[in-house]
Amino acid sequence: MSQIHIKQGHLIDPANHINRIADVYIAGGKVVSVTHEPAGFKATTVIDATHKVICPGFIDLSTRLREPGQSRKATFKSEAIAAASAGVTTMCLQPDTNPVIDTPAVAELIKELAEKAHYPQIYPIAALTRKLEGTELSSMLSLKQAGCIAVSNAQQAVKNLLILRRAMEYAASHDLLVMFRPNDYWLGNNGCAHEGAVATRYGLPSIPEEAETIALAQCLELVELTGCRMHFGQLSCKRSVIKIYQAKKYGLNISADVAIHQLHLTENDMIPFDSSYHVLPPFRTEEDREYLRQGLATGTLNSICSDHQPHDIDAKLGAFPETEPGVSSLETLLPLMLKLVEQGEISLQQGIAALSENPARVLHLNSGALTVGYAADVCVFDPELTWQVNAQNWKSQGINTPFWGQQFKGRVTHTIQAGKIIYSLE
Amino acid sequence: MIENIQLNSEGKLKHFLSIEGLNKTLLTEILDIADSFIGMNDQQIKKVPLLRGKTIVNLFFENSTRTRTTFELAAKRLSADVLSMSIATSSTSKGESLLDTIRNLEAMFVDMFVVRHAISGAAHFIAQHTSPHISVINAGDGQHAHPTQAMLDMFTIRQVKPDFSNLRVAIIGDILHSRVARSQIQALNILGAAEVRVIAPKTLLPSHVESLGVNVSHDLTSGLKDIDVIIMLRLQKERMTSALLPSESEYFKCFGLTEAKLKIAKPDAIVMHPGPINRGVEIDSKVADGPQSVILKQVSNGIAIRMAIMAMAMQKQGAVG
Repeated sequence: MSQIHIKQGHLIDPANHINRIADVYIAGGKVVSVTHEPAGFKATTVIDATHKVICPGFIDLSTRLREPGQSRKATFKSEAIAAASAGVTTMCLQPDTNPVIDTPAVAELIKELAEKAHYPQIYPIAALTRKLEGTELSSMLSLKQAGCIAVSNAQQAVKNLLILRRAMEYAASHDLLVMFRPNDYWLGNNGCAHEGAVATRYGLPSIPEEAETIALAQCLELVELTGCRMHFGQLSCKRSVIKIYQAKKYGLNISADVAIHQLHLTENDMIPFDSSYHVLPPFRTEEDREYLRQGLATGTLNSICSDHQPHDIDAKLGAFPETEPGVSSLETLLPLMLKLVEQGEISLQQGIAALSENPARVLHLNSGALTVGYAADVCVFDPELTWQVNAQNWKSQGINTPFWGQQFKGRVTHTIQAGKIIYSLE
Repeated sequence: MIENIQLNSEGKLKHFLSIEGLNKTLLTEILDIADSFIGMNDQQIKKVPLLRGKTIVNLFFENSTRTRTTFELAAKRLSADVLSMSIATSSTSKGESLLDTIRNLEAMFVDMFVVRHAISGAAHFIAQHTSPHISVINAGDGQHAHPTQAMLDMFTIRQVKPDFSNLRVAIIGDILHSRVARSQIQALNILGAAEVRVIAPKTLLPSHVESLGVNVSHDLTSGLKDIDVIIMLRLQKERMTSALLPSESEYFKCFGLTEAKLKIAKPDAIVMHPGPINRGVEIDSKVADGPQSVILKQVSNGIAIRMAIMAMAMQKQGAVG
């Protein structure tokens, strides 16, 4: 097994309160020291991290790799490379694959696909309800035993609150984390854009923020009723942030994340009818974005996810409402986080914590930190290196990003997963 | 903002997709050119050779009689070869994508597409993906825009009331689902109307409707005060089943235009409707057929305005003048 010495980088490890120039020593797949060279350590690889940042590898709470079922959009192979190049060392996979992750067989298939893609740290999230239909419970315990890290109903709303209650109770019985994107089916009304001035001008079917906040409020009540461990994902608006803040203060056992692009784009940034801006939940107002940013800065939203959704070209080729929602977003995760730091919204430590320490806590994983004895999941990045989002640099099979062609600052140079270098920038 | 794919590098009309992004000079030019065509309606030979040798395809992914017919007549009067296709019952029902349909037709050397589609943004999408020499005219896309209808309405208004700056215009009914209303509001604001007022129950108004540049009223009686132009919108039957309204009769009671209500507006107010009319739902027959109604005039004007827009969009290729 290789021994890696990462030299003289700016080590930021929020979980261990480290923020200084340091060396990291990796042996046997684990972090062995972050202070001095351990006795008998013989580096097989030395990474010079001068002027670079060393931090825990990123943990993505919501990703779609499109397999099984939609390999025309992306594959484990293509997206594992994209993830590695983005400094992401752990991914949680939403269950809306085809077939849905609602049987242990599919969960095992995912583990197998991950191994084959040489990217083992992919955790399937099991379906909360069978086929995500919101009518019957999935076999959560068997799915947990097959390696599922949580349960979720992905983008599908659970229309029947009694079913949701029972699903949450059942998950709580097995200490399963429920991941939930609040979305009221009826109020959402098959919309594709934020209910506001832009959707009105372009005649786009719209989704009010109440589709999110009302579903969130209902679900918070059910958290209290069921005692379930709950993580709210991809929140999009001001009043959701306020509700999470109040519920946490009240003492509920919850956490929440925001998708990286929601921290940057609003309805006003949308180029009319440009399907690369078609996302769910939709881009909302500047005020909403402000609250999401504040929510992140104050810890109300503790994590940032990529909400990576690669698409084939055809999925995005059509009149806006008919195209499929989602952004291919792994590779812009770090530079967009760094942009928030540059804009003074959050500190670099906070940004890194939101991508590593905090999601690890949500998932109860012993990772997201460079603690001695932990598996060595490490990201080394050059915060000053600029690059362009273009065909030459892009790794994901999905090129559906509203940031295509843009120049970004901050680029991953090395990614180490469980002590193995899975990416290094040429 | 719609990036202006509607105009070529010289600022001339290339596509006609939306009123948004066009200026007063261009809208006035459309109205003036339409004026020069209007006399043709009374001539023995109702044809000019402006688009001779050009092929125009009417692509109607959604049913329409009036709009399709007037586009067809307009094209024929410009001497173009015109083909009308109802795609609603054609290849897309066999699973062919919108883009494939367009590309197949393109391969038949078409010069212009006139497109109606049930999805907002469809005409814009087609304009972005056709070959550069092809013009696209939006004949209505989803709830977004119906710019030729709006222009023929402006034309009709101008015939009776030439100065827009004095005009108070009320648009009444289902604004939420109306592409016609959106385009009318934009055109009226660009042409400098004194006021555009929308009158409807909250269920039929889009959120942030004020951002379109209108005043809002939920009451027809007070809303009609001082109004010069009344535009009634068609009420679709589906609005009752989707719980936007309780019943046609209650709607008529609140928002139906009757002779008594018409009296609240200015005495010389005109009454318009993009058609087809639901008599006794949004408008009383006595008003629809009455002396203040210009509804049939709108239909006749539709031909001239569409001729003007088609001729202008083709001008970029040197086909005209």
